[in-house]
Amino acid sequence: MLILKKNDIRSSEITPKETFMNRRAFMAGAAATGLGAIAAGRAFAMGSPEQNVADLQKLATVKSPLSTPGLTLTPLQDITHYNNFYEFGVNKDDPAKNAWRLKTRPWSIEVEGLVKQKKTFDIDALLKLKPLEDRVYRFRCVEAWSMVIPWVGYSLSEFINACDPLPSAKYVQFLSLANSKEELLPWNSGISWPYSEGLRMDEAMHPLTLLTFGLYGEVLPNQDGAPVRVVVPWKYGFKSAKSIVKVKFVKDQPPTTWNELAPDEYGFYSNVNPNRDHPRWSQKRERVIGAPIFRQLQPTLMFNGYQDQVAKLYAGMNLMKDY
Amino acid sequence: MSKRWIVALKVLAHAACLGPIAWLLWHLYLSVTTDPSALGPDPTHTVTFFTGRGTLRLLVITLAVTPVRRLIPKLSWLVRFRRLLGLYAFFYACLHLLTYVWLYAGWSWSAMVDDISQRRFITAGLAAWLMLLPLALTSTSWSIRKLGGRNWNRLHWLTYAAAIAGCVHYWWGVKTGVKTPLTITVVLGVLLLARPLLKQRALAKAPREESKSAA
Repeated sequence: MLILKKNDIRSSEITPKETFMNRRAFMAGAAATGLGAIAAGRAFAMGSPEQNVADLQKLATVKSPLSTPGLTLTPLQDITHYNNFYEFGVNKDDPAKNAWRLKTRPWSIEVEGLVKQKKTFDIDALLKLKPLEDRVYRFRCVEAWSMVIPWVGYSLSEFINACDPLPSAKYVQFLSLANSKEELLPWNSGISWPYSEGLRMDEAMHPLTLLTFGLYGEVLPNQDGAPVRVVVPWKYGFKSAKSIVKVKFVKDQPPTTWNELAPDEYGFYSNVNPNRDHPRWSQKRERVIGAPIFRQLQPTLMFNGYQDQVAKLYAGMNLMKDY
Repeated sequence: MSKRWIVALKVLAHAACLGPIAWLLWHLYLSVTTDPSALGPDPTHTVTFFTGRGTLRLLVITLAVTPVRRLIPKLSWLVRFRRLLGLYAFFYACLHLLTYVWLYAGWSWSAMVDDISQRRFITAGLAAWLMLLPLALTSTSWSIRKLGGRNWNRLHWLTYAAAIAGCVHYWWGVKTGVKTPLTITVVLGVLLLARPLLKQRALAKAPREESKSAA
């Protein structure tokens, strides 16, 4: 169903989403019929057809000077089968099994809080707001593993400018989808849904902070936070909220999910910092996902290697205390 | 239980304990030669959990031998497998420690000192291994004779302490929300309770039998 055209295809010309969604609706229907007698919650947890990564749609992209050069990309297989996306289960392989239930159309982001006017952005309008760029970033999880991911998107600042926030807005909060019809939302994770994340305004406006729609030149696979997420490459992965449905501009530091769950382990800032260890493990080193076992270990870089670009945001702050 | 059966079962026990190691080594070989994903996306993590869980399972099985014998006297011959199982538990623990020293700490002393002093889950894990060490060293018949049965028995109570430390190490090592250590913890808890309960039962039984023989 996907036709790969030449690389200069505009996002406005991509294959109609309906075709794509019809197929997924059909698969969901087939699964429901097959398991009709079993309670819905139960059926959900059972083996389901994985979203076929090969079916994803190509996005038209341009090069970006903000992409990180000289890195070895993590294989797509690992990026799509080793995920922390608790809405779809607490294990790394759960999202790949369960995220096919996520419906990414229709989709919109509601913008509220300290803005001139409340707004709702449709996902297809967002895709056309600015040219999509290829941005290779290091990705460092707080659990001491890392990947290199070729994201597709544009600077979040472009979106924020379109939101017209008031000068009184000091922070921006991102809320992820929490829909028990499409997601597992496991209670035993301790998380109170929806997943919430936030950035200080200057962090959100930094050109490296990416409003992300795809990876490897195609739309985001569901398990990687489709259809739209943020990526903040100098922070631990959990700061990069997935499947965003609401953006709030606020005056005070917003509550964020992992920080509320274990404040001594996960700070609001959560900048990648090899000098500030997690209470239970060292952050000085990281395991490269997809690398051969005896070459997995590598040193972790301050601000995940983006020190030159972002250190000025934290001038005068004690990063051991404000972790 | 005839001698031939014991030999056959011992061969089986060795195979059961070495089988997973063979599997691991085979996949390790594959991962460095033809298939980098043979041990999954995070091979270090795979090997760590494989050897760590193996240690705890074998420790718990070793600890189960005595209560099972007390409960079912017919299975008394199981004691002949206890040393073998205990030594395999230590072997797995050594592989687990090696994984940490090699793949996590990268043979760096400063990294290890840093971890042991600051991270309680590593401290607990090392404590468990250090407790198993004297037990492995005194596993020979010569040591039992030298120490005397009573002293040897007392020393080997450390197995319980090591298993508890191992479970604590497991809980402290996994992140918030992950409940994987629960099963092994429950089993260990049952075994810890079984010892005093079985002892009580034996004591309650003993006087009755005495009076019977007197009558």
